[in-house]
Amino acid sequence: MTSFPAILRSEWTKIRSVRSTVWTLALTFVVTVGIGALLSLLTNNNFTEFRRSDQSPFDATGTSFSGIMLGELAIIVFGVLAIGNEYSTGMIRVTLAAVPQRGTLLTGKATVLGAMALVVSVVTAFVTFFLGQALLGSHATGLGEPHVLRAVFGAALYLTLLCLFSAGVTTMLHNQTLALGVLVPFFFLLSPILSAVPKVKTLAHYFPDYAGSRMLLVYEQHGQPYGPWTGFVICLAWTLAALVGGALVLKSRDA
Amino acid sequence: MIELHDLTKRYGKTLAVDRLSFQVPQGVVTGFLGPNGAGKSTTMRMILDLDRPTNGRVTIDGRRYGQLSEPLKYIGALLEAKSVHPGRTARDHLLWLAQSNRIPTRRVDEVLALVGLTPVARKRARGFSLGMGQRLGIASALLGDPEIVMFDEPVNGLDPEGILWIRNLMKRLATEGRTVFVSSHLMSEMAVTADHLVVIGRGRLLADLPMPEFIRRNSRSAVRMRTPHPERLLDALAGAGIRPEPGPGGSYEVVDGDLARLGDLAAAHGVVLHELSPQQASLEEAFLQMTADSVEYHAGDGPGRDAAGAPGVWGAGWTADGTRQSAAARQEEN
Ligand SMILES: Nc1ncnc2c1ncn2[C@@H]1O[C@H](COP(=O)(O)OP(=O)(O)OP(=O)(O)O)[C@@H](O)[C@H]1O
Ligand SMILES: [Mg+2]
Repeated sequence: MTSFPAILRSEWTKIRSVRSTVWTLALTFVVTVGIGALLSLLTNNNFTEFRRSDQSPFDATGTSFSGIMLGELAIIVFGVLAIGNEYSTGMIRVTLAAVPQRGTLLTGKATVLGAMALVVSVVTAFVTFFLGQALLGSHATGLGEPHVLRAVFGAALYLTLLCLFSAGVTTMLHNQTLALGVLVPFFFLLSPILSAVPKVKTLAHYFPDYAGSRMLLVYEQHGQPYGPWTGFVICLAWTLAALVGGALVLKSRDA
Repeated sequence: MIELHDLTKRYGKTLAVDRLSFQVPQGVVTGFLGPNGAGKSTTMRMILDLDRPTNGRVTIDGRRYGQLSEPLKYIGALLEAKSVHPGRTARDHLLWLAQSNRIPTRRVDEVLALVGLTPVARKRARGFSLGMGQRLGIASALLGDPEIVMFDEPVNGLDPEGILWIRNLMKRLATEGRTVFVSSHLMSEMAVTADHLVVIGRGRLLADLPMPEFIRRNSRSAVRMRTPHPERLLDALAGAGIRPEPGPGGSYEVVDGDLARLGDLAAAHGVVLHELSPQQASLEEAFLQMTADSVEYHAGDGPGRDAAGAPGVWGAGWTADGTRQSAAARQEEN
């Protein structure tokens, strides 16, 4: 058997030695922090105007995470590229010749990918939160307030799980372009649209992104189907299913 | 040692590899020859467990590829398609590969030097020429200092200097006692590098014999004779106990014939000759004819099919002979 730590080292070298993957991770940070900061600043400066017609309590945490939609896009692309570039370049054959234990290989890949995504996401989430709160001035909240710490960690977990979900889907599709073509429209068109359509939205509420984003909520929303922890479990289930599906495809297919 | 037993691969309707059984002899260069689409690359992918056989199996030193721990230390391969990320440097490509099989980092720099890529080690593969890409592929094959190396058409698209370099490298690897298994669709290339020859056509084994044996069998010369009076020529030849074979364009060919003697014979019988010429079949022609037969065989009930139904038998049943010959030769070695 090929040693697991050796696979981890090798996969880590692979990811860090290609610019495109490193950049998408950096972009996740920049976009999430940047847009969050911008909207927090705008909200603070125009607070009375923005809040005039709104009856619900002001969610300072949510405001600082306004950029998460785009950060999510970047980390999804990271997950797709990290797996998909092996298929687009034909490198997967070299990889499988070096590590023929395909299940172990994918476990190693997911471990490295997940660890990198988690580290970047946690840093991103906390920087986003603190910078956002600083810019919200008197409207800011603190980590000690109810549910806030959970929401900040929730944001980090949300990004990490979506990254791994995308990696799993890419392994199943064994094609980088196809994976991007499926995942990006799904998360940015299909899922948001469907979760606004009556009737269909009950289904859309069980999609990985909607479920995962429940972890970010500090205040209970009107008509919310389930709480943050259920959301986490649903998102995790999707991620594991995608990775297991990817492993099954990888193990059964000719490379 | 690589051993194939009844190896078969079917892609939908295409039977890419058809009950292939042979062994790659140790410590020599074995040429794996076949025309385009013969199934060479497919066979090599199955050896590496990349493609799963429809039937049969491959073993390396008695084990399946997937059971080898750190396989790069047993067998190194250069596959057909370029398989390097264009955005990664040559050194980083070799580094991740080395790390996956716990090969010391020092070895990365060694193989870079060995293939002459040290000056561009930190350049991204995007800018590499075909030859440099091929050298990088060979560096990855040699990384684990393996006993067996396998190259799929390594000289494809290379300039003469690159071809010479690879040729010498393969010979050197064999001199070091390594097993070299190299595919090609050019007989001429194999004639100068290979010690042993395995020929396939349409996925089937056509020949498996030592290279000198192949050359001996196929370098038979003939004398071609053309005359406006064939009956008289045939009579004259028969009188001397010579049995000619029909040649192209109504000519006759005397295998291993002596030019002067045949000329004298014709003159003595007053036979007018329009042609009296030596013919030397090249190895390339021999290979072409052999594989052409395999195509005929598959297209229907082509000629040269012996009673045992051996595929694509060439000439006087030499495939069957050749197979026997090499098996015997191997037994002697062991
Ligand atoms: N992945 C695949 N899917 C479908 N058919 C395939 C696949 N790989 C190979 N084939 C078919 O199998 C046959 C053998 O192909 P293969 O590439 O092994 O031949 P080859 O001897 O390497 O030829 P070449 O000299 O052109 O490289 C061909 O008919 C090819 O079209
Ligand atoms: Mg080929």
